[in-house]
Order: sequence, then structure tokens, then C-alpha cells
Amino acid sequence: MQTITTDNWLLTVGTFLPLVGVLVLIFIPKGEEQLIKTLGIVTAGATLAVGIFTMFRFDFGQAEKLQFFVDVTWIEVIRSNYTIGLDGISLPLYLLSMVITFLVMIYTWDNMPDAGNPKAFYILMLLLQVGMAGTFIAQDLILFFVFFELVLLPMYFMIGVWGGEDRRYASLKFFLYTMFGSALMLVAFLALFFQTGAESFGFAQLIEAGAGIDRNVQIWIFAGMFIGFAVKVPMFPFHTWLPDAHTQAPTQGSVILAAILLKLGTYGFVRIAIPMLPEGAKAWAPVIAILAVIGIIYGALCCLAQTDMKRLIAFSSVAHMGFVMLGIATLTEFGINAALFGMIAHGWITGMLFFVAGAVKHRYHTLEIKRLSGLLTQVPRLGWILGLCAMASLGLPGLAGFWGEFPVILSAYNPGFGLSEPLFRTLMVIAALGTVLAAAYLLWLYQRTAFGEPTEEFAGRTTHAVGAAVAPDHADDHHDAHHDEELRDVTVTEWIAWTPLLIAIVVFGVYPQLMFRVFDPAVTELVARLGESLNP
Amino acid sequence: MIAAIVAQLGEWTAPVIDWHALAPELILVVGINLVLFIDLNIGEARKWAMATLTGFVLLAAFVPVVTLAVIGDASREMFDGRYVVDHYALILKAIFLLVAYVVVLMSQNELEEGGYYQGEFYVLMLCSVLGMVMMASSRDLVSIFVALELLSIPAYMMAAWRKRDVRSNEAGVKYYLLGVFASAVLLYGMSFLYGTTGSTKLVEIGEVLASGDLIAMQVVAIAFVIAGLAFKVSAVPFHSWAPDTYEGAPTPVTAFFSVASKAAGFVALMSLIFLAFPTATGVYQPLIWVLAVLTMTVGNVMALRQTNIVRMLAYSSVSQGGFILMPLAVAGTGDASQSAVRAVIVYLLIYAFMNLGAFAVVIAVSRKTRSGEITSFGGLFGYAPGMAAVMTIFMASLAGIPPLGGWIAKFNVFKTVIDAGSGAAYALAVIAAVNTVIAAAYYMRVLRQVWMMPAPDGDITPLATPAPVTAALGITAIGTLVLGVLPGLVLRFGDLQDLTGALGR
Repeated sequence: MQTITTDNWLLTVGTFLPLVGVLVLIFIPKGEEQLIKTLGIVTAGATLAVGIFTMFRFDFGQAEKLQFFVDVTWIEVIRSNYTIGLDGISLPLYLLSMVITFLVMIYTWDNMPDAGNPKAFYILMLLLQVGMAGTFIAQDLILFFVFFELVLLPMYFMIGVWGGEDRRYASLKFFLYTMFGSALMLVAFLALFFQTGAESFGFAQLIEAGAGIDRNVQIWIFAGMFIGFAVKVPMFPFHTWLPDAHTQAPTQGSVILAAILLKLGTYGFVRIAIPMLPEGAKAWAPVIAILAVIGIIYGALCCLAQTDMKRLIAFSSVAHMGFVMLGIATLTEFGINAALFGMIAHGWITGMLFFVAGAVKHRYHTLEIKRLSGLLTQVPRLGWILGLCAMASLGLPGLAGFWGEFPVILSAYNPGFGLSEPLFRTLMVIAALGTVLAAAYLLWLYQRTAFGEPTEEFAGRTTHAVGAAVAPDHADDHHDAHHDEELRDVTVTEWIAWTPLLIAIVVFGVYPQLMFRVFDPAVTELVARLGESLNP
Repeated sequence: MIAAIVAQLGEWTAPVIDWHALAPELILVVGINLVLFIDLNIGEARKWAMATLTGFVLLAAFVPVVTLAVIGDASREMFDGRYVVDHYALILKAIFLLVAYVVVLMSQNELEEGGYYQGEFYVLMLCSVLGMVMMASSRDLVSIFVALELLSIPAYMMAAWRKRDVRSNEAGVKYYLLGVFASAVLLYGMSFLYGTTGSTKLVEIGEVLASGDLIAMQVVAIAFVIAGLAFKVSAVPFHSWAPDTYEGAPTPVTAFFSVASKAAGFVALMSLIFLAFPTATGVYQPLIWVLAVLTMTVGNVMALRQTNIVRMLAYSSVSQGGFILMPLAVAGTGDASQSAVRAVIVYLLIYAFMNLGAFAVVIAVSRKTRSGEITSFGGLFGYAPGMAAVMTIFMASLAGIPPLGGWIAKFNVFKTVIDAGSGAAYALAVIAAVNTVIAAAYYMRVLRQVWMMPAPDGDITPLATPAPVTAALGITAIGTLVLGVLPGLVLRFGDLQDLTGALGR
């Protein structure tokens, strides 16, 4: 793998800058909430600025090469180095993590979850950011593993402290599932290292040496990695932590989880499991594809059965990640490109959907679909945004979601490297049915929540509904206390936090080439290298 | 008969003594007498000075360890190679002295406020540390046994230190009876070893065992020696004393047992395996494999059910012992033998930091809550965020989450085991991986209390942590963090050659 080392301080600064913010925040008294929030946002903004600068310095003409490459000795005895670099596959994800963290922090400005304590909350978000960005730049298995695990604890606390009613159960479930996956993954990493007899844990060496391992051994090692990454994605049948975690997490946690944390798993497949173990990948591809399609259909059916808006969006993530995994499992340039696009698009769209769900919850104090109705009449702008995101999520052409789904389905028609065509074509048909189901559950969700008149419970809240509007028989209503509140449409903070995502959904939907252009060289090289070892 | 002895006296020549190499032990001996003497001659009001004095003795003993490490490139052998000061011994001595120092920091207020016998306590503790420091250098069955008894017998008394507390008495008696029993088993095995090989020197035993097939008595001997030491490291099924002793003993003493005594047991085990039994892989490997699997699994499953924090930490320490045993289970297979010593030593060092830290938090918090229940940690994040943060560091480190020290310890162990590459090794690695997850469940349960639950009695006055405990927390927390990010600092220690190379093996 060729590397470019100009400006190689950029990635280190971009990744660890949030730690500076953490150190500063630790010494600020808890009471200074405005100052804490400002500092958090400034740190995330500065990090994003470094990220954007990185993007301008990135040589798109050589996107297949690792740029800003650093390789310094870290733990000599175990032959692990501080090796970092960025190529076309990781650049968009690296930037996505920075953008999302920044926007989530802005959103938190006046949407602090009920448990309070912005100091701890902002510190955790900054720590998460370090882990997420680090995972995308790591070019050494051990370094990757450290960053991969670094996100665990902050997210555990974010769900467990600031989450909903079942937060303790959900956070522990999230933690143990992921831990289980990564423990086996670590065993697989070590097995890979010793089986190849590589000089170091660097990706480049392992990719070169991995293909030489005996096929059966590759299959076993791939199994270990598969469990680790599949739990994170999450793929059916390892997905059960996801609905709980998403539903219970605070809005900020859900957005970060959906937009970035899930991508760590799919990224792991593309970056580590498949290139390092080509034979293993080929043997596992049908299994992955079948599980992916089961995930698509199962996720969609679960969505149809949900009564809670947030839970529905969570299950839709299972379905969408199914498309991503199907694309990866085809082992074709086309499929992997589409899968990568799907990862980014899902990050924007589902992130936005969770934002909207959070906004609805904030206003109505419920997410139960049957109690919500007529968003378009009460909070029209929010209603329209929900509409746009739902359309994008179901894969309407012209919006970003389309480019993560349609090409994946197409790519399954012609899987690479002699994978069974009948199987993949059958899966293609089933996956296509999945898009129909997706349209069904999203449109149905939209119809039930946005159309029609507001339910009796919330009727009349846009107008100045003081005291008199409340019927006596509502006296025992749990949410009575909130009845006097005036419903507000999208606030300024929300506009600031959401507009970049909405613009991205539309722009990249209309002109996806902007993104494919970045991925493609790196993906081409990846598939070419697969070809060398699979068809010698 | 006397005439015969007198006749032999003529042939006796004084052994060459390397005073520099023996300096840590000698300083400790002087220190023990000093503490004892001063304690007898000062008034009750000034007994607090004993802790300070003990701390200084330990630091003083640390100085020659450092100078030896800086100067010494070759190992220093004494008494015909039966007492050796090499890199392996030095790093272990450093660990023991460091642990003892932190334990002194943790004990000071506990003893003062409990009105315990401070002077005697520190004397006994120094004796025990002396035994440990000797253990690191012992290369002979006799000196190993002497060191073991020297470190154990004061420990029996320390366990029963709260003499008006029935549970503390129970702790002491249980520890004593089972400990003595274990010593007997160990001694029995050693006698067989001596009988069949004709030597008490580990290296010579190793040579005889390597020269031919093992006879049945030698197999029994190895099994007995390992079983006897398994008591010391509280490996399942020889662990039953640990939870009761740990719960009953004063908390700083428990911390001392769970880290230092256990480490000493592992040191003896390592010296024996690598010097005396290196060729008997067929005997000790399966034995330790089973011990490791049982220890980590049973320890974890029992820890899951505990509601008392000290009992939970006791079982957690049993389970961590299983992880430390892992590399020894493959110590004779392929490349793993090279890294097994390092894996154990690094684990012992990092484990010392994080486990002592966890106990220090327990001491600090229970000073306020007067309770040992895990639920008493509720609300800590609210009223003592700093303490909550360090507890998070220790628990997450014990669970093995990067980038904290515990992770690098576990990683090394896994690396060694997978390096062995045999089927049994892979099976062990997978079992250990599953165990890591089980362990995470109970460590996270503590963190759940700390972060997510309200204070059980609604009492949210801040903690008043005494300065020595704060110092102990600082040392352990920084150690845990730094070793996780820069493990290279300690990973240089514990090369196999440090132990065996000097002896020409």
C-alpha cells in the first residue's frame, strides 16, 4: 500500500484535539453551564475545522493511497506501532464523525437531557469523538482495537445516565454485547498476527501476509472477526441490543450511535476482515449476504409492528445496515462503493430521524405513534423535515438514501469471485421487496404522525392554550403539567444543527458522484487486491 | 558425634556475600527491628509515626533495588546459585515494595481510627514483605519454602487484626488452617522432588528431570507442589478461604493479600516451572490449564452473585488469578515460553495498581457510608465526581477496557496463549474471552451504582478522604492510566532470559 506523508501532523491533531477540550473542561466548575457548553462546542468546532482543512489538503487524485501517513513505534515489545493514515474509504467517515459530534453538541445547547450535568455530558461526547475519529485513521490492528473500544464506556454512561426509563438495562446490554464481540475479535486479531508471522500489526503487512494463510484457518479467523464486527453493525441475529440502546439513549446518544458507532462495524469489514482474509471473506460472503437480507426483511417487519417512533427508527437501522452488508458481501467494486455510500447516507438520514424524534419527544413528551397526529398542522416545519427524512430513508431517488440502496440491489445481480449467482439473485429480489416494506413502514409512520388533525390530547396547544382549554376529564392525564406549554416549531438551535445534514441529504442525493469519486479509487484497489489472491 | 561436627567445621568456609545485592533484604531487617524498638518506646499519642517510618523503610529498601537495576547487567549469584539477584528478581522486588508502600498509605487512617495496634501491624507487614522480597530471589526449594512461610505467618495474624470482630477472627483462623495445610502439601511434594532428584536446587532438579522419563513419584511431586502453591494464589478449587478471609480482614490487609501474597505465590510457581520443571510440560501444562479455566470461570460466576463489594473484589481477584495462570498453562509450548514470564510479570504489576486502587476507593467511600454493600456506592458520581472517575478507571481497567492498564495485561496474556498455537491454547483463549465478558458484567454493575443510582440514604455530603488515601489513589490511578497508554514502560521487564539465561539454560 502506497503512502503519502505530507502534512502528517494533521490526523494526530484532528483526533486528539478533543482531549485538550476534556482537560480544560475538567477544571471548570460544574455550575458554569454556559461556559462548559461553549467550550465543548468550540472544541468540537475546532476539531471539525482541522478535519475540513484535512479534506482540502487531501489529494483526491490519489485517494487510493494512505495520506498524512505516520508510522511511529508505540509498543515495541508487542510490535504494535502508532500507524495512522487516511484514504478515500476512511476520509468521509472521519469527517462524518466530526460533523455529527459538532452538530450534536450544538443541539445540546438548549436540549440538555433531563439528568443535567452538561460538564460530564460534554466530556463524554468529546471522548467519544476521539474514539470514533481514531478508529477511522488507525492503520494498526492494536491501535484500531484501542480506539474501537474507547467508545464503549462513554456510550455506556451516556445511555445509562441520561437515557430513558429502562436505561440501566439497555446500557448494560449494549456494553456486554459489544464486549463479547470484541473479546473474540481480539483473539482473532492475535491469531491472524501469529498465523501470518507478520513483522507488525500494521494493516499493510497483514493484508500482504494474510492471503497466504491456509483457507480453513482463514475461515476460523474470519469467524472471530465476524462476530466482533457483526455485533457492532449490528447484523441479524446479533442486533437485539440495538433497539433497546436506541430507544433508551438520549437523542444525542441515538444520533451518535446511529450515525457513527454502527459504522465502526461495517468499516471493520471493509478495512480489516475482507482485505486481510480474502479466502475467509469469500467463504463467509454467502452467510453474510443471507443474514443481511434476513436483517432487511426482519427489520422492516419489526418496524411495521412498532408503536414507538424511536423504536421504529431503530429497527429501520437494522434494515438499512442489512443493505450495507449485502453490498459488502458481493465483494464487487460496485457493491462496496454503494455500501460505503449507504453508510454515510444512513448516518445523515437516520441521525436526522433521531433528531426529529428527539424534537417530537421534547414537545409532546411522548413518542407513541397513536398519540401523535397532525404534526404538519401543529409544527409544520418539523413535520416537513420529518417528511423529507422519511422519504430519504425509504430510498427516494434524488435523495441520499437512494444511492445506498439501489446500487446495492443491482450489485447483488453479479456477485464477484464466483460467488453463487442464483443465491445472490434470489437475495436481490428479496432485498428489493425490502425496499417496498421500507416505503410501507416509513410512509405509514409519516401518515399516522404528520397527517390529519392533532389528537384530542394535544389539540389546541399551538394557540395560547391556557387553563381554559383543558377539559376537566383530562385532569388525571399524566402529561397534564405540560398542557400549558406552547408548542414551538423548529427552534434556531435546531435549525443550526440540522441544516447541514438536510443540505447534505439533498446535495449528495442529486449529485452522488461527489462521494463516489472519493471512495472509488480505494475500493478499486481493494477489490483488485482481492482478485490477486482469489484468482491468481 | 560432636567430634564429627567439629571435624567438619574445619572444612567450612564462609560463603561470599554480595552486600549490595542483599541490601534490600538487609534494610528491611533493620527496619523491622527499628519499627519494633521505636514502637515500644513511644507514647500512644505518637504511634501514627510508625506508618511514616514504615513508609521510609520501604522507600529505603527501594533504593538498592534501583541502583542494582541501573548497574547490574549480569545477575548476582550467592550461596551456590541458590539465591540470585537478577532482573527478574529486581522487578518483582520493586513490585512488592511498591505494593507494600501503597498499602501503608491505605492502612494509616484505618488503623489509627480503629484503635488497632499500629506498631505491631507494621512490623508484621514488613516481615511479610521481607518474605516476598526473598521469594523473588529464591532458587532453591528450601529458600522458597522459608520465604513462603515468612510471608504467610505474619499474614495469618494480619487477617485476624480486628480481634474483637468475630468475622476477622474467622478470617484469620480459616486462612491459617488452610494455609498450613497447603504448606504441608507443598512440603510433601518438595520432599518427593528432593528424594527423586537428590537436590534442592531448582536448576539441578530441572537437569535431573530433563535427563530421562519422569517416574511416577516425580509426577506426584510436581502435582503436589503446584497444588500447594495453588492455595497461595487462591486458584479454584483451592480458593475457598479467599472470600471469607478477604471479607473478614481489615480492608487494607485484604488489599495486601489480594495483590502481594498472591503475587508471591505466582513468583514461586514461575521459578519452579521455568527452572525446575521446564521439561515436564506434559505434567504441569494440563494441570495449570484446568486450574486456569476453573479459576477464572468459577471466580467470575461467584463474583456475579455478590452484593458486598469486598466479597465481589475477592472473587474478582480469584478470577484475575485465573488469567494470570493462563500463560503458565502454555509455558512450554512453542514460542509462548518466551513471552510467558513477561505476560505474568506485567499482569502482576498492572493488577497491583488497579486492584489496590479499587480497594483504596472502597476504603475512602466506606469511611463515609459505613457499609460494604455495592449499593452503598449509589450517587457517588453526584457527590464525589472525582472519586467516581477514579473508580471508573479501576473498574474499567479490571474489566480490560483499553486504553487502561488492565487491557494491556490481558492483551499480553492472550498474545502469549495464542502464540503457543496449539488447540488447547486456542480453546483456553476463547474460554478466557468469554470470561472477560462475564467479568465486565459485575465490574459494570459497580459503575452502574456509581453513575446511575441515587445515594441509598440520600446522604450527599462530600467525601472526606484522608491525604494518605488520596496519595494511594493518585499513585494507582496514574499507574493504571499511564501503563495503558505507554505499556512500553514495563513491557521491557521480564524477558525469559532474565530468569533462565543467567543460569546457562
